[in-house]
Amino acid sequence: MTQTPVIRTQGLTKTFTRHKAEVHAVRGLDLTVADGELVAFLGPNGAGKSTTLRMLTTLVEPTSGTAEVAGFDVVREQRAVRRSIGYVGQGNAAGHQQRGRDEVVGQARAHGLSRTAAHARADELLDAFDLTEHAGRPVSTLSGGQRRRLDVAIGLVHSPRLMFLDEPSTGLDPQNRVNLQEQVQRLNRELGTTIVLTTHYLEEADAIADRVVVIDHGVVIADDSSTRLKSGLGDLVSLGFATPDDAARAAERARRLDGASVEVDGADLTVRVAHGRDLVPGLVTDLAAAGTPAVRLEVVGATLDDVFLHLTGRSLRESNETAAATTTTGTATTEGAAA
Amino acid sequence: MTTLTIDRTTTTSHPDAVREPGFVADTWNVMTRELRPMLREPASLLFAMVQPLVFLALFAPLLPEVPGGSALQWFVPGIIAMTALMGASMTGSNLTLEINTGSHERLLVSPLRRSSLLVGRALKEAVPMLAQAALIVAVVTPFSFELHLGGVLVGLAVLSLFSVGIGALSFALAIVSAGQDWIFWTVQQTLIFPLLLLAGVLLPLDGAPGWLRFLADLNPLGYIIEAERALFAGSWPTGTVLRGVAAAAAVAAIGLVVGLRAMRRSS
Repeated sequence: MTQTPVIRTQGLTKTFTRHKAEVHAVRGLDLTVADGELVAFLGPNGAGKSTTLRMLTTLVEPTSGTAEVAGFDVVREQRAVRRSIGYVGQGNAAGHQQRGRDEVVGQARAHGLSRTAAHARADELLDAFDLTEHAGRPVSTLSGGQRRRLDVAIGLVHSPRLMFLDEPSTGLDPQNRVNLQEQVQRLNRELGTTIVLTTHYLEEADAIADRVVVIDHGVVIADDSSTRLKSGLGDLVSLGFATPDDAARAAERARRLDGASVEVDGADLTVRVAHGRDLVPGLVTDLAAAGTPAVRLEVVGATLDDVFLHLTGRSLRESNETAAATTTTGTATTEGAAA
Repeated sequence: MTTLTIDRTTTTSHPDAVREPGFVADTWNVMTRELRPMLREPASLLFAMVQPLVFLALFAPLLPEVPGGSALQWFVPGIIAMTALMGASMTGSNLTLEINTGSHERLLVSPLRRSSLLVGRALKEAVPMLAQAALIVAVVTPFSFELHLGGVLVGLAVLSLFSVGIGALSFALAIVSAGQDWIFWTVQQTLIFPLLLLAGVLLPLDGAPGWLRFLADLNPLGYIIEAERALFAGSWPTGTVLRGVAAAAAVAAIGLVVGLRAMRRSS
C-alpha cells in the first residue's frame, strides 16, 4: 500500500441552521486517507459522519475549512471530484421506474465511455454482481439485496480509485449484509480501491475496516485500527470466588498487574487489563497457590462499543437504539436533519 | 455471488473509449433516461394520450356555435395548451420520487452537469406533449377542424418552449418540497386551475369584469393561447404571435433560471 493521500481535509466544518438554531454537524475535521485504505466512519446517528461524506462527495458545501479528494478541491473542482469517485448513497442509485441495465449504461455514458464500451462494462459488472438475469426488470421489482448490488455496480462503472459508501448495509437482512461486506472487502483487497464508508454498525466497522474513525458530535474522537483501539482498552477478566473475602484478597493480587483496573462486587472480581487473555493463566495459578482459587472465570475482549463507552461515557449500541426508537416515533432524525 | 472479476483498469486501458461528454451529450443522456420508462411502458403513454381526447369528446358537444367558424378550431388549441400545462406541471412528481428513493442523489454525484440534469428533464416534457397534440389534431381533422400544418407546427414549437419552462419550474418545486410531497401537490393544484381559467382555455374572457381582465392580462398562458388559436387557424397576426412567443420564451427563461438555481442547491 502506498501512502499517497487520496483524501485530505483541514478544519472541515459544516453548520446548518434548523428551526432558527445552529446545528454544528461537523467541527474542524482534520483527516488524511491514504490510497488503498478501507476506512469506516463510525458513530451514532447525528454524529456528523454522513455530513462529512456528503461534503467529500460534493453534495454539501463546507461552511469552512478545506477538503481535497483525489487531488481536487471539493468546492472549486467539483466535476473533477465527481469524475474521480464512486458513490453509493443511503438510498438506491437506480431509479425505481428504470431498468437496472439502462442505469448502469447511462452512468457509464455520463463518465464518458463510448456506447460500445458502456455496454461492455455493464455486462461485466452485472455478471460480477450476479445481476445479469435481473437487469432487464424494473428496479422496483428487485429485492433489497439485488438493488444494493446494483447500487455498487453503478458506483463502480468508471473503475474509481476511491469509493464512498454511506451506510451501505442499513436495511439489509443479515445474509445480504454479510455478502455486501465481503464485496466491499474484495474491492479493496483485490482491486486496490480505496473505500470510505459510514456505519453505525459496530460489527461492520470491526469486521471489514483497516481503520476506524470514531466520530461523535461532529468531531473525531478516535482514529486507529479496530484491533489497536480495542487492545488499548484491554480485556475484561471476570472471576468468581467462594467468598467475598477471597475476592478481596484476589483483588490485591490483581492490582499488581501493570495498568489493571480492578473492581470487586461481593464474591465477584472484574479486572480490565491490557493483554488480559495472556495474563490470566498466571493470575489463576497464583490465586490458587495463595489459597483463594477462582471458581468461575471469563475473559472478554474489548469491543468497539466498549471503546465508544470509554471515550464518551455512552454506549454506541444504546445510542443507536435510542435514535431508532426516536425516529420510529417521528420526533427526530438528527442525521437526516444534519445531512 | 460469483467471483468478483471486474477489472479496475477496464476503462483506463482503452483511453479512446473515454471522452468527457459535453453539455449536449449530458442533456441527451438525461432526456433519454427520462423518456425510457415511458417508451418501455407504452400503455402508460397511450393512457396519457387518450385523456385529452376523452375531455374533448365530452366537452366539444357542449360548445356553442361560433359565428363564421368552427368551435373546434377555437377549442382545440386551448385543449392542447391545457394538456401541455398539466403534463409539464406534474412532471416534478417524478423528481420527487427520485429524490425520495435516492437516484437523484446518485445523479448529483455523477459528472453530469447540473444544467443538463434540469434541461434534459425539462426537454423530455415536450415529447409526450407533441405526441398528444399530433393525436388530437389527427382525430379532429376529419370533423370541423381545418388543418393548417405550418401554423400548427409553429404553435407546437411555442408550446414546447412553454412546456420546458413549466417543467423546469415543476422540478424546482419538487426540489424545494423534497420529502414533503403534499407541498408539491398543493402548490401545483392551487396554481394550475387559475392559470387555465384566466387564459380563457374553456370559456372566452371577452365579457369578463375588469378585475378579471386585469388578472388575465398578467397570465402568460393567455397570450400563448391567443397566438395558438391564430396559428392553428392559419392566420399570422404579427403582434399576437410575437406576444405568444415572448410569453413562452419568458416562461422558459424564468423556469430555467429558477430551476437551475434549485438544482445547484439540491443535495
